[in-house]
Amino acid sequence: MENSKIVIKTENLTKIYGEGEVAVRAINNVDLTIKAGEFTALVGPSGSGKTTLLNMIGGLDAPTSGKVWIDKVDISTLSNNRLIDFRLHNIGFVFQAYNLIPVLTAKENIEFIMLLQKRPKAERQQRVLALLKEVGLSDKKDSRPDALSGGQQQRVAVARALASKPKFILADEPTANLDSKTAGKLLDTMAALNHEEGITFIFSTHDQRVIERAHRVITLVDGAIAKDELIEYPSDHAQPETA
Amino acid sequence: MLLQIAWKNIWRNKVRSLVVLGSVVLGVWVGAFMVAYIYGLMNQRLKDATEYEVSHFQLHHPNFDRDKEAKYFLDNSTDLLGEIQKDKAIRAATARVIAYGVVASAKSSTGGKFIGVLPESENAVTGIGDFVIEGNYLKSNAKNKAIIGEKLADKLKVKVRSKVVLTFPAADGSIAAGAFRIIGIYKTYNKGFEESNIYVNAPDLAKLTETPNQFHEIAALLHQPDSLEAYTATLQAKHPEVFLETWKELSPELGLMIDSFDQYLYIFLIIILLALSFGIINTMLMAVLERGREIGMLMAIGMNKGRLFGMIFIETLMLVLIAAPFGLAFAYFTVSYFGEVGLDFSEVYDEGYAALGFKSLIYPAMENAYYFKIIVMVVITAVLSSLYPAWTAIRLNPVEAMSKL
Repeated sequence: MENSKIVIKTENLTKIYGEGEVAVRAINNVDLTIKAGEFTALVGPSGSGKTTLLNMIGGLDAPTSGKVWIDKVDISTLSNNRLIDFRLHNIGFVFQAYNLIPVLTAKENIEFIMLLQKRPKAERQQRVLALLKEVGLSDKKDSRPDALSGGQQQRVAVARALASKPKFILADEPTANLDSKTAGKLLDTMAALNHEEGITFIFSTHDQRVIERAHRVITLVDGAIAKDELIEYPSDHAQPETA
Repeated sequence: MLLQIAWKNIWRNKVRSLVVLGSVVLGVWVGAFMVAYIYGLMNQRLKDATEYEVSHFQLHHPNFDRDKEAKYFLDNSTDLLGEIQKDKAIRAATARVIAYGVVASAKSSTGGKFIGVLPESENAVTGIGDFVIEGNYLKSNAKNKAIIGEKLADKLKVKVRSKVVLTFPAADGSIAAGAFRIIGIYKTYNKGFEESNIYVNAPDLAKLTETPNQFHEIAALLHQPDSLEAYTATLQAKHPEVFLETWKELSPELGLMIDSFDQYLYIFLIIILLALSFGIINTMLMAVLERGREIGMLMAIGMNKGRLFGMIFIETLMLVLIAAPFGLAFAYFTVSYFGEVGLDFSEVYDEGYAALGFKSLIYPAMENAYYFKIIVMVVITAVLSSLYPAWTAIRLNPVEAMSKL
């Protein structure tokens, strides 16, 4: 892991909400490095800053001070439009509430992000089918979100996040709305993607099942990193990409 | 894909979309039909005014228009009439002796305009003989006979075969008077016209005004009304001594109405479309705010503002452009139908329309160019209506939008 390529680096990252006496320091001088192929869990009590940190890494929220580098690009300097384009090509998102487009089928939801990337039709269709197979939903490709269970919707969301071939996937409480069995299946899918294809995942979570599967667990308390534990990769795990 | 999503988005809330579609259909239909109604009304008024009243153009002595005195007759008017009647561009032409004075019956008297006509050519120009509802039209060999309007007959309390006395100034300034027997009563759609005009034979009136074989007015209709300006310019150049007026100058209120029709059309349609646009903006704004979480997600995963703006823009445009053709189609069919059978307001507004010189049976009509203009205005409305909701969508912050329940 020491030689792995760094995909995310934060330096003195700080986020303050409000001003004066009511100012809240949600993230406090966080220095963090995430390497390619990691399966990292951001944990901590509610209000500890997990989602805020994830939003800033994902370029959805601007830091009050400090910097975020994604693959050597300082995203805190990008204009809003360039940042949107950067997210499209570099970052995959999985949200707690799935956030699929309700009027599109599973296949169309996955294809949509590739359309935004202006990928050729043949490539899109091939990749959609491959991703649906990967998340075990080949038989649901023509189902709309309202015809899918929560777990199935979240697996479509994972496939959508993967469709853009991102450098990493940010997953904000991905199992929070799922029952135990469904959450387990989803984690199996994501762990397999990490294990076999070296996809980098960063989760914010309270879920013990996610924490148990993570190879690195970062604990946030009051917006600062309180603990950063590295767990050994299994021997058959896909080796992280080297720099 | 944007088109596909926009189309699907429209049908997320079917009832709401159908209400908007219905209001656009109704708005366009009503707007187009009202334009056709006004267009038909004015077209009819123009046709009536030129065909039955002022003709396409008239010639007078340069001073007659100002003073209305009998001494201002047209020089060589008989030759001039002959020349005009022979012209192939002329559909019909006639000459008139005109006098203004007092008409008196045994029971009443009032002011009036006395028109000495050549019965056959007058009928060819104004068709006044066709409006006679009681008695007969004038014959050229009958002496001291008159036809008067129904409204004037009521006012004077006279009937067919009653006698009236016309008193008016002659060419030398003396007062002339003559007794005329009413042989016919006419009725037109224009009560004002009916109330003041009395028709007699031209030689009878010319004898009393002491302008024998001369006329005060020549009125003519062209085969091609569109060639009016060119024709009258040539005629005026050829006869600079006469005072030539087209229907627009003879009936300036009508000219103004026709010239400003486009402005009426735009004002009328803008009011309807403005009201419609508020409904569309409201609906699209609701749709955008309801989908805040989804829009936040789209921005988060990489949909740029241009595309997002485009999606909302297309949705609005689709909503309007689906409905507008139906509205126009309904308008086309109803205008075509009522253009044939007419809209009959005679039961309710007959007097009101007649007082203003309009017929109460109105045939809506609209040139195809106006359908095109309406389409352009509807598209502009759709574009403008989409701007605010689309602007609201791109101003959403993805994190805040997604955090909303």
